[in-house]
Amino acid sequence: MTTDTNDLRDRTRSNRLGRRLLAERYSSYWLTAAGYLAIALFAGITLLLFYRSLPILSEYPLSSLLTSANWDPAANEFGFLPAIVGTVYVTVLSMVMGVPVALGAAIYIAEYAEGRMKTLVAALIDVLAAVPSVIFGLVALIVVVPFVGNYVAPVFGANTVGVGIFTVSLVMAIVITPFMTSLTVESLESLPDELRETSLGVGATKFETIRSVLLRAAGPGIFSAILLGFGRVFGATIVPALLIGGQTQIPSSVFSTGQTLPTLIVNDFGELMSLPLTQSALIFVGLMLVVVVWLFNFGAMLVQRRLKRRWQYR
Amino acid sequence: MTDIPLTTNQLSVTYTGDREIEAVKGVSIDFPANTLTTIIGPSGCGKSTLLKSLNRLHDIQENVEIDGDVSLSGDSVYDTDVPAPEIRRRIGYVPQTPTALPVSIYENVAYGLRIHGDYESKADLDEKIETYLRKVNLWDEVADRLDAPGAELSTGQIQRLCVARSLAVEPDVLLCDEVTSALDPVSAESVEETLGELKSEYTIVLVTHSMAQARRLADEVVFLYLGEVVESNDVRSFFEDPREKRTKTFIGGPTPVDRDDVPAEPTATPPTPDGGEGSTVDDDER
Repeated sequence: MTTDTNDLRDRTRSNRLGRRLLAERYSSYWLTAAGYLAIALFAGITLLLFYRSLPILSEYPLSSLLTSANWDPAANEFGFLPAIVGTVYVTVLSMVMGVPVALGAAIYIAEYAEGRMKTLVAALIDVLAAVPSVIFGLVALIVVVPFVGNYVAPVFGANTVGVGIFTVSLVMAIVITPFMTSLTVESLESLPDELRETSLGVGATKFETIRSVLLRAAGPGIFSAILLGFGRVFGATIVPALLIGGQTQIPSSVFSTGQTLPTLIVNDFGELMSLPLTQSALIFVGLMLVVVVWLFNFGAMLVQRRLKRRWQYR
Repeated sequence: MTDIPLTTNQLSVTYTGDREIEAVKGVSIDFPANTLTTIIGPSGCGKSTLLKSLNRLHDIQENVEIDGDVSLSGDSVYDTDVPAPEIRRRIGYVPQTPTALPVSIYENVAYGLRIHGDYESKADLDEKIETYLRKVNLWDEVADRLDAPGAELSTGQIQRLCVARSLAVEPDVLLCDEVTSALDPVSAESVEETLGELKSEYTIVLVTHSMAQARRLADEVVFLYLGEVVESNDVRSFFEDPREKRTKTFIGGPTPVDRDDVPAEPTATPPTPDGGEGSTVDDDER
């Protein structure tokens, strides 16, 4: 009888082992396939964009596309400079406004705030980071646009109803600040307490500790946070589309209306079907966005590797 | 030496979080000058808490309450106008985990000197860095790569780097929290050697749960148990003629306290063949 039970147990066990090994094999197939799919998607999208950009690239030299200020698809004029300048303006302005605030808020939450205050502020910021940007765009239409038009622009002697580059930058700064703050808080809080104790232990003040030790040690993480913020501004579509004014001209000041590369695609989308050359031009805009984002990520990876070595701690 | 730079007077530390825990209960100890005092006791007995309260490191934590006082050369550490950073400069601290700041080896030692502006010229700074790195027997190992990140050193080297960094700001007292417990035996030995050489010049307070280490390094021993001082005495009397029964139990083999954290002392368990005073580095640290 005991041999019978033993036999039974052995058989059950070997069946079970068979099933486990099967699951092992199929899970590895599945995971490998998922990994290759990601690569294939990136390659596929880039190749498609490139292929569909060929008509415009064979019609006009790249240099004139990038430097011409004249955008009038109906007249076969395809100058991307206004949108490029608009994108650079919006990106730079948003980062200039957003990064210092995000860093300050993150340092406050991670190093200064205590108890309930800390929980409350951190939770609110996490919620803000998760709010869809179209909501910021809508609220901005009601609040920020008149505010900029009536109060901010006049201070700088500009005359505007309120839509334009500056408004978009301000709102995008507001969109990405909670997001960057949240990631920076995470980097700072993951640092070991020994770093703080070590620095304080030789007589440094709290601020000296933050400046010379914690910001460096968390540097690679903070750099990632800023870069992700940059990526969101650079590719932002809905907020600029709502607030930039949509005139394709080189902005004369930061309060001018304008265009960014993504809004160019959105605004002229209706003409895509009818005019093949316009379609190709807009797809080329998509290609530019992909290439710039890719170059930035690649560059960031190199910088990050350096930072991680230079600012490593233990 | 009769000079007593550091004393505690009825010092109590209470964590007032969800559950109130009095980790250190009315401790009064003297730490004599140019002496190495070890605080021993099982894990969780309040050693590290006591150590951190000596230079106000608890200030950075929420929910910690401190009663009683610590005095440094007669001046109160808590009830004082002297800012905490200056107190911490005078009472240095080396944490349990070897910690390299995210800067070069050179800048790790220069860190405190730069903050306090304690140097006249670059040459003066260079000289000080060399002096302190030599003091911890690290100079020969790192002289050719002072610009490399501190974190690239081995853990044992980093621990000596920590000691050099602390010494560089010329503290009156050096607090060391189980500084060898994260190290391999060879590194631990070299850190111990360093401390052994330094104790004639500095007032050192060393927290350890290794009695072998206390026996090798200490001049004075304080036995802390559940936040209270059970016994304090010079090292010889403490180990050879303990007054308290609890001390006898603690140094006398397997303790009822916490067997994982307080393994049997090799010198005290007869069956161990290689036991004895001379056993190089304790293997009871990990």
